[in-house]
Amino acid sequence: MPPRAGRPLRAGPVGYAVLALFTAGSLFPLVWTAVAASRYNARLARTPPPLWFGDRLGENLGTAWSDANMGLALFNTTLVAGTVALGTVLFCTIAGFAFAKLRFRLKNVLLSLTVGTMMVPPQLSVVPLFMVVAGLGWTDRLQTVVLPTLVSAFGVFFMRQYLVEALPTELIEAARTDGASSWRVVWHIVFPVARPAMAVLGMLSFVQAWNDFFWPVIALTQENPTVQVALTGLGRGYVPDQAVVMAGALLGTLPLLLAFALFGRQIVGGIMRGAVKG
Amino acid sequence: MTATTTAVEGAEAGPAGRDRDRPAAWRSRLYRWDLRYSPYAFVAPFFAFFAAFGLFPLLYTGWASLHRVELTAPDRMVWVGAHNYLRLLDNDFFWNALRNTVTIGVLSTVPQLLMALGLAHLLHYRLRAATFWRVALLTPYATSVAAATLVFVLLYGRDYGLVNWALGTLGVGPVDWQNGTWSSRCAVSSIVIWRWTGYNALIYLAAMQAVPDELYESAALDGASRGRQFLHITVPALRPTILFTVVVSTIGATQLFGEPLLFGGAGGQKGGASHQFQTLGLYLYEQGWFYYHLGRASAVAWSMFLLLLLVAAVNVLIARRLRKDR
Repeated sequence: MPPRAGRPLRAGPVGYAVLALFTAGSLFPLVWTAVAASRYNARLARTPPPLWFGDRLGENLGTAWSDANMGLALFNTTLVAGTVALGTVLFCTIAGFAFAKLRFRLKNVLLSLTVGTMMVPPQLSVVPLFMVVAGLGWTDRLQTVVLPTLVSAFGVFFMRQYLVEALPTELIEAARTDGASSWRVVWHIVFPVARPAMAVLGMLSFVQAWNDFFWPVIALTQENPTVQVALTGLGRGYVPDQAVVMAGALLGTLPLLLAFALFGRQIVGGIMRGAVKG
Repeated sequence: MTATTTAVEGAEAGPAGRDRDRPAAWRSRLYRWDLRYSPYAFVAPFFAFFAAFGLFPLLYTGWASLHRVELTAPDRMVWVGAHNYLRLLDNDFFWNALRNTVTIGVLSTVPQLLMALGLAHLLHYRLRAATFWRVALLTPYATSVAAATLVFVLLYGRDYGLVNWALGTLGVGPVDWQNGTWSSRCAVSSIVIWRWTGYNALIYLAAMQAVPDELYESAALDGASRGRQFLHITVPALRPTILFTVVVSTIGATQLFGEPLLFGGAGGQKGGASHQFQTLGLYLYEQGWFYYHLGRASAVAWSMFLLLLLVAAVNVLIARRLRKDR
């Protein structure tokens, strides 16, 4: 994007210095996770603390993978976050399309209901969900953490805001005149037009599902954990070796950091677009 | 726009060809049904899931809060009326958790949003490697609560932590970040601040980019300094966005759970040795899953909900006041 004419001035050295300071603060805890994960546990209990990498990274990652169950946790979380992202994108796109471009009764009531539900915290549903899960004998099954997060009110609102502007109503009408069914309109017009927003929503939902904490910690045990549940086990002293704990934290974060390195620009754009419309 | 054009052509060629040989009456009836009912089909999956996993649990939590329910036998419910709520009002730990939630909420939200505003201002300058700065500042957002807290626990270690070592070289400390009353609250807040400042900065940046450049140009012509431009043009233009982030951050603060849980180590649900950073979320978890009182946990959940409604009402009032001022 070329800088617009008249856009605020070039940043001075002070601006860069402050930005660099905050960037260092943002990245340092992550870098230090890797530093601590590459050391002997005993080294972490000495002053001064290590500031550079040691040579134990491989061993500690291996221990975290097997002893702290991070291997299974990573597999489970990939499955859960992938399913949630797919479901959210699909369901929220069609619902967002209906709210953006179709006419039906109760539309405005339903839309305000959707926006209103964005405020309800997960704490309000854990007790009944837990009772239902216990009744069904679903303890430790992955569907218990997938199903409650498979749709999101934010997603519906996000897709609606995007489609209101990006999807020309004449396009739909033209297809209608030619006798296209609603599903055909969705498949051949809505999905292609919505693709950029769907990609952003998919990435945001994936990150959110990957980091989902409260309900998984209650619903799952260390027998069949997601990454966050396994890390919680580590934090509560499941493994006493702090270097292995850091290796676990690193393993559980690396996939998302990799995604950020690859799609950072798109994710940043998505958050900023969501902000202006929302 | 190219994707759009090809899509229309595909849609025009497809259905017209294949459906032509069907009986016309049947087709037009189908077409009318489709037109009338497909909107409902499109929103149905969302509302089905919302009803099952949002609305039903919300109401059922309210119902359960009026009963005695034990975790060990969740299907046996004994009606106790308002008993659970009365016990909460009478319980020091509940009030403690409520106070801590508000305190840590303020400690984490206010500096976070102020720093985010400043950062957004810097990001709005013409920068080299603009994308790099934005992505780098957003990386904490990619880090989960659990991973972040585990690292901060080590960094804040009393004896061997990096923070105390750094403070020591300046001649300060050592600070007991885990057991101190205010130090532990600050430490927990700092984790929240670390994770969310960059995210909020991007939201402010998006809003700043929507402010018309002419406003700045004419202010610059009038001789207003950068600082004055920020205070008198940027901040007023950002009011709705600031209100939005305040609401979202407040909702997040009310639910604060993972950070204090893991910061507390093995007995994390207590929120520290003297419950000094036990939030309402932790108190709910402790009541339900450590003392097995699901009914009381439900009452805590509904208290949180009422608190949120109160916060929302205050925000609406403030928003209205702001609009009147203009």
